[in-house]
Amino acid sequence: MAGFILRRVLWMIPSLLAVSFLAFFLIQLPPGDYVTTYVATLAASNEIVDQRTAAELRDRFGLNQPFIVQYWLWISGILLRGDFGLSFEWQQPVSGLIWERMGLTLLLTTSTLLLTWAIALPIGVLSAVRQYSFADYVFTFIAFLGLAIPSFLLALVLMYVAVVYLGQDVSGLFSEAYQTAPWSLAKVQDLLAHLWVPVTILAVNGTAGLIRVMRANMLDELHRPYVVTARAKGLSEFRLLLKYPVRLAINPLVSTIGWMLPQLISGATIVAVVMSLPIAGPLLLQALMAQDMYLAGAFLLLMCTLTLVGMLLSDILLALIDPRIRFD
Amino acid sequence: MDQPLTTAAAPELKPADQRLAVASQWRLMWWSFRRHRLAMLGGIIVLFLYLVAAVPGFFAMNEPGRQNARAVFHPPQALHWIDTAEDGSWRFRPHVQAMRMVRDPVTLAPSFRPDGTRKIYLTFFARGYEHNLVGLVPSTTHLLGPENPRDQVYLLGADRLGRCVYSRMMVAAQTSLLIGLAGVFLSLVIGLLLGGISGYYGGRIDFFVQRVIEFVLSLPTIPIWLALAAALPQNWPPERIYLTITVILSLVGWAQLARVVRGRFLSLRTEDFVTAARLDGVSEKRIIFRHMLPSFASHIIASVTLAIPAMILAETALSFLGLGLQPPVISWGVLLREAQNIRSIATAPWLFAPGGAVVLAVLALNFLGDGLRDAADPYQK
Amino acid sequence: MTDDLALDIQDLHVSFPTRAGLVRAVDGVSLSLVRGKTTCVVGESGSGKSVTARAILQIIDPPGRITGGRILLRREGEPELDVATLGPRSRAIRELRGHDIAMIFQEPMSSLSPVHRIGDQIGEAVRLHLGVSRREARSRAAELLAQVEIPDPRNAIDRYTFEFSGGMRQRAMIAMALACNPSILIADEPTTALDVTTQAEILDLLRRLQDARGMTMMFITHDMGVVAEIAHDVVVMERGQVRERGPVHTLFADPRDAYTRMLLGNVTKLESPSAIRLARPSRPIGPPVLSLRDVEMRFGGRKGLFRRGGAEVRAVDGISLDVRAGETLGVVGESGSGKTTLGRCILRVLDPTGGAIDYRRRDGSVIDLVNAENDALRAARREIRMVFQDPFASLNPRMTVAQIVGEPLLVNGLARGAVLQGKVASLLERVGIDPNSAERYPHAFSGGQRQRIGIARALALSPRVIVADEPTSALDVSIRARTLDLLLELQDELDLALILISHDISVIRYMCDRVAVMHRGRVVETGETIQVCDDPQHAYTKALLSAVPRPDPTARRMHLRHRYTSA
Repeated sequence: MAGFILRRVLWMIPSLLAVSFLAFFLIQLPPGDYVTTYVATLAASNEIVDQRTAAELRDRFGLNQPFIVQYWLWISGILLRGDFGLSFEWQQPVSGLIWERMGLTLLLTTSTLLLTWAIALPIGVLSAVRQYSFADYVFTFIAFLGLAIPSFLLALVLMYVAVVYLGQDVSGLFSEAYQTAPWSLAKVQDLLAHLWVPVTILAVNGTAGLIRVMRANMLDELHRPYVVTARAKGLSEFRLLLKYPVRLAINPLVSTIGWMLPQLISGATIVAVVMSLPIAGPLLLQALMAQDMYLAGAFLLLMCTLTLVGMLLSDILLALIDPRIRFD
Repeated sequence: MDQPLTTAAAPELKPADQRLAVASQWRLMWWSFRRHRLAMLGGIIVLFLYLVAAVPGFFAMNEPGRQNARAVFHPPQALHWIDTAEDGSWRFRPHVQAMRMVRDPVTLAPSFRPDGTRKIYLTFFARGYEHNLVGLVPSTTHLLGPENPRDQVYLLGADRLGRCVYSRMMVAAQTSLLIGLAGVFLSLVIGLLLGGISGYYGGRIDFFVQRVIEFVLSLPTIPIWLALAAALPQNWPPERIYLTITVILSLVGWAQLARVVRGRFLSLRTEDFVTAARLDGVSEKRIIFRHMLPSFASHIIASVTLAIPAMILAETALSFLGLGLQPPVISWGVLLREAQNIRSIATAPWLFAPGGAVVLAVLALNFLGDGLRDAADPYQK
Repeated sequence: MTDDLALDIQDLHVSFPTRAGLVRAVDGVSLSLVRGKTTCVVGESGSGKSVTARAILQIIDPPGRITGGRILLRREGEPELDVATLGPRSRAIRELRGHDIAMIFQEPMSSLSPVHRIGDQIGEAVRLHLGVSRREARSRAAELLAQVEIPDPRNAIDRYTFEFSGGMRQRAMIAMALACNPSILIADEPTTALDVTTQAEILDLLRRLQDARGMTMMFITHDMGVVAEIAHDVVVMERGQVRERGPVHTLFADPRDAYTRMLLGNVTKLESPSAIRLARPSRPIGPPVLSLRDVEMRFGGRKGLFRRGGAEVRAVDGISLDVRAGETLGVVGESGSGKTTLGRCILRVLDPTGGAIDYRRRDGSVIDLVNAENDALRAARREIRMVFQDPFASLNPRMTVAQIVGEPLLVNGLARGAVLQGKVASLLERVGIDPNSAERYPHAFSGGQRQRIGIARALALSPRVIVADEPTSALDVSIRARTLDLLLELQDELDLALILISHDISVIRYMCDRVAVMHRGRVVETGETIQVCDDPQHAYTKALLSAVPRPDPTARRMHLRHRYTSA
């Protein structure tokens, strides 16, 4: 077991390295470098940056150096000093901009994950146990529909309904009063009051997929010989169901947490843009559009790291609950 | 008890069994697919959608780019099939209620009223603006159009520039559906290549490709797509952007397919009948094309069908955020940008219509793919 | 009969509604279990024996249903109960299951949950029916494991099924069934998935437990040898109906029904060498066509930081054998002995990690198959052919029979067009398949027919050596002898050398001139088949031979068997 976890954690090192490389590569892609963009932006507001300052800035970020050296300067700053570079658009260190938004991103995705599981598990089990029943058909259809509706469209429709029929604005994560206020119990309550709308929207997609997976897993497990064995022992159908097939059908589902996380982050990014949620997505989009590369790079790096850590956790969780993997 | 070995005469089969005995895999799959009613329905819808994608101009009514200041936020006009005359007699004659723009005397805000009882009659195979069939044959014929070419009909309303939403949706179908197909095709090429190599050779190569696949699958796609799309130079022509976006979409989509291909290859490689073929002296090429490929072609088709919706959704999302396709190219995602603003959809909820098209296409493809997947292995016991 | 009956099944009907109509899996079966005795229900696949057993506990797989008849349960001190009238989900039937009537199944691996500990699964029934505490259930589980002779039971209760060997798993399953001291034990092919020595241990254990507890046992099997070894009474079933029933001695000595006679005939036929072989004139022993020298096949063993390499396995560990032209060499061993790996090494499906396999070609030249490449290997593979174990997996389901049989001829450039068609037709005819069905796909044929098609494919290239890997183990007993006879006839006609790999000593005795006994990757004994079978020298061979149940209830000897414990 310890060996398994150690090996799995060691695997994180090359993955994280690759992710950081990818993030840096992506922010280097647009033509021109950071300082060029910076100078151009300032020039637009009639500020002149002289050649010397520009040269100094280039030196500081090592922009005249080869790609690999620049990468090293960037990643070592992050690892050693927690320094993600400067955001020229916001005129402040990137590290000051990202953490609260990443925290809210994490909160949003984990709440969605929990809701998804809470809804999808019982429905998936029911659908499988009562295969081809009316309820099964209804849930299957809803699941297909949920998979087919893009989350941003759902967000738009919901906002439309809220505005036109209920006269309410459901965008954002905070009421106006709390938007810039420091954290307090009241602000947390306010957050929770707003959080459920995007969580519900995001959960639709994942739930639909998970119902299908859980149903298929259950159908696989329901006809295994060990179920007959348990039945021959005299267990009631309900206890038997929970103890054996459900328990075994959940195992492969745990590994789906791993791949649901990237999807969730993706979905959250775009829903956040539509609903103006103060999480990572909209700021990333803004930074990308404005070519504010260090800010975009920080978000890309952290979002990818988040999914990698999620994968790691789901693998470890799977090993914890499935002895076959532990002993393999 | 001894039973002598005799050449058993071919057992007389009932006609149904006789048919089954000589049925190839594709026929068996068709028999199994046919029973899946939702999948059949999905298949018919998909066929229809791709027909629209092939000749969008024929299905459109108004020129998609044409603006009309007098039709800004023109509401949808319901299509009636039966025309009832005042004396109560009726006949089949499609028509819509004519609308007239009026301005509020104080605010000067425009609104649309029914224009008395005037009807605009529509006719099949009407003359209209010139378009190209399959991009080749110029034509002015449209499936449905006003009898009087000077009448304007907005079946699904008009947008903020007075452009016909219905016609734009038809034309956008081409972009969105083809980008799905092209993206999946590219993904398939990469996936087949890497998955095939990985599954066929195994060992170190497999180990390496596997890790790459796992890595790609663990990336959150939208942020990566956004970053890639944002790196495209602003001054590129729309066609080039279109091509590049397709490539970008498939760069992420291949991993899923590669995994399927690899898994199939790996399990087939050790199948007894493949070993038997190798011992028969069959060349590697023939083993791959005669024995392995036919065995998983059906699975690949099913996976590809299920991958197209993901591509369509991805394109829609990217374009919706403004980082995908750019006007004048129109796709369902580009059209949905019009609906991004809560104020515009509050005035003109019909701007959601392209969203409905996306949902329909994705739903139909998913049903079809699901049915194909269930039918993919007719030999499964 | 005035015997004391524990269970009396009267005119039982079980049907499965299917798309094609109602399938009567059990069609008017009457049988009874005498208290304290073992009743064997014997039949081939599809005879309805398993469904009958499941009907007793009302655990028939859906959509199957009991559509008629009575299942009368007579417990001591309680009124007679018709189990067939209870609902499959009712409390009454659940109280019987695992408490009065317990059941064990064929596949101990899949019949036990892989993610629950053994002790938990055994203790479950105890807690359920006897209402004891978790702690008591645990000690009861350990006690039961001790009764089924699992070493270190205190430790074993916290293990998982995959940490056990096949025999141990089946012991755990038996422990589970005995948890509440049931009066009736139903055993559904409990030894079919096990090796013959393990089977002997389990049969021995079951009989001792039954004696000690005075338990009534219903034992379902397809193996007449097992029936002869343990039954008091026998019920023969075919296609959902009872063909014959009676005490084991009467039934074996004087079978009345034609089907019973056929079953027994097939088994006794395999008890002695084939008539075809005995009729052969003695032939001069030729030079070896194949000589194996120290062949070795190792798996695994590579380990890295990110790669989990298991311990190295020596599947074939230095084997030397000769195969002479025209003879049949048997390779016998239990699962994991390396016999299949050896067969695959000879054909270079696997690349041996050491040793040499010298093949003497028709022209007298000798090539080493271990190092042969490309053309040399292709040429050798034309002369050495293989028949596979699984007649379903070894034929490409997407090709017609004509394509399958014709492929070796086609790709080797030996025939095409009309010539090819003619050759395929005569090959099919030779193995007893109507050439008119050549355009059919494999799914239109039965297992036995498919195996013949596989043989036709092997013959297509006029081989000199055929390696047959368990060619009959996937077939019903009634077709086994016929398939083996076909191979022997072909051997006579074509002067083939046969290497027959099998776990079944009777198949070896029927077919083979010489035999090599394999155990853990090594050959422990070789010799003339008759000599090895009648007077085994190695302790393992003795154990193996004495573990084989013989279809003769008057000569039970399982409890006298020779036990082999390898150092």
